[in-house]
Amino acid sequence: MSNILVILESRDGALRPVSLETLGAARQLADARGSQVLAVATEQGTYDAAALGAAGADKVLVADATAHSADGAAATTARVAKEQNCNLVMAASTVRGRDLGARVAALMGGGLAADCIAMDFADAASPTFTRPVYAGKAELKVRLANGVGVATLRGNFFAPAGRSSEAAVENIAAEAGKAHVSGISAQSSGRPDVAEANRVVAGGRGLGSADNWHMLESLADALGAGLGASRAVVDAGWRPHSEQVGQTGKTVAPELYFACGISGAIQHLAGMRGSKVIVAINKDADAPIFQHATFGIVGDVHEVLPALTEALAAVPS
Amino acid sequence: MDIISFVKRVPTTTTIVSIKDQQLDPQGVEYVMNPYDEFAVEEALKLRDEAGSGSVLAVSLSDGAAQKELRTALAMGADEALLLNNAEAGNIDCMTTARALADSIQGRNFDLLLFGKQAVDRDQHGVGPAVATILGVPCITEVVKLTVEGDKVIAEREVEGARETLEASLPCAITCQKGLNEPRRASLKGIMAAKKKPLETREVELAGPSMEIVEMALPPKRPAGRMVGEGAAAVPALIDALRGEAKVL
Repeated sequence: MSNILVILESRDGALRPVSLETLGAARQLADARGSQVLAVATEQGTYDAAALGAAGADKVLVADATAHSADGAAATTARVAKEQNCNLVMAASTVRGRDLGARVAALMGGGLAADCIAMDFADAASPTFTRPVYAGKAELKVRLANGVGVATLRGNFFAPAGRSSEAAVENIAAEAGKAHVSGISAQSSGRPDVAEANRVVAGGRGLGSADNWHMLESLADALGAGLGASRAVVDAGWRPHSEQVGQTGKTVAPELYFACGISGAIQHLAGMRGSKVIVAINKDADAPIFQHATFGIVGDVHEVLPALTEALAAVPS
Repeated sequence: MDIISFVKRVPTTTTIVSIKDQQLDPQGVEYVMNPYDEFAVEEALKLRDEAGSGSVLAVSLSDGAAQKELRTALAMGADEALLLNNAEAGNIDCMTTARALADSIQGRNFDLLLFGKQAVDRDQHGVGPAVATILGVPCITEVVKLTVEGDKVIAEREVEGARETLEASLPCAITCQKGLNEPRRASLKGIMAAKKKPLETREVELAGPSMEIVEMALPPKRPAGRMVGEGAAAVPALIDALRGEAKVL
């Protein structure tokens, strides 16, 4: 049966952890098929044969490109898919992964299932993918026609295989691209991005003003969490759009989500309802957010947040 | 500068989703131009006006109903509109949409193709880069800052935890992210003028689907939660619950 090709994502030459999760999902499917998992790194970098093998890869092909070019990377990936008999390509559902996924699907003449959160491979030749639509207000189960095309997988929903096996690593030629990344600057906050964080602390209008965000930042730092914001405070200019959670922002599903001073508009709920544990803190006991929270505190965030931050400092990690 | 801007008709983001016959139940649903496509139309108008020449064409594929959203684009300031009709268009996958859109503009001259980064109904993020790939033009996705200098395109986008700068040459495709601009509202004058602007309607064929929908369902219900208390006094109880009960601390 056809092999599976995983696109590895790296930044500054280092593999991004979310790619290991994608390898794990591909491994499960390949085992059901009795086929192989190949991985393509579309630019040069450090690729650890043991870690990639453990996550699920049989073979890793490293292209000799020196900068990220989406069209170049897509052409390289489509070529490898053809050469290596792969009818399914998988990537992490990141900004780069979503971009590449659509291009590779077009080059393969296949379908695209983006941002998948589950996979059923009872029919291993053509698995069924579950993907949220309407920002998570509904879910579609979909199949690629003839099993051909691309699936991108959301972070935190799949796990690396965890086997003891080393991948073979080979170098290959990269295809040239017309557009390329000429610069990249890391965010300076040191906090994880809200879309990838395992814990998220999000704030809304209830914080009162942009000046009060230090309370959220302190709580986030005590938890090692990423910062999120409601649409209302982004539209008010209190916080950057990169932190917005919900429809027209990011969809997140961390293990622990704090909604602080957020009433719970339907657009916001859609973007975070997949979180494992939701804590809501709001002074309005009737706020819709409480109907979706695992744990709720009715109270003023200006009092509760500092107390919470202080109490967390005493909790052994 | 000749720009083609793509527009999709979608349910508003305040829509409460209910399902009928494995599709969104349209009962009571209000439809609008996809919010990300508003950024694309605005950027097209801005770049046309800065260049001082050229035109903006707004294109939509729908089952006929998107005439309203194209009139909105015309009222904002687009010069002409093209409505691609197919009775099945409401329920096709994004790659099939991309193939139909690419076909519709084959042979037409353009400097820029502008798309919303995603449609807020299916959330695939696929149409822009797929159309660009089919047409063989470079594409930069999820752009929050765009500069065009002569033939050179410089764009910035936010990736997870970092900001990338990308470069390409015209002709080029761009998908637009919130933050790129503030879309204008159509003025009364614009709405009146839009009625006289050309809106061509064309029936189109669709290629076979490249993805099949097996089922549409509402997401699983969250287990009922509970209140742990009021004010700062509830903090110890919350921490106990997070550690003991939920085991996330």
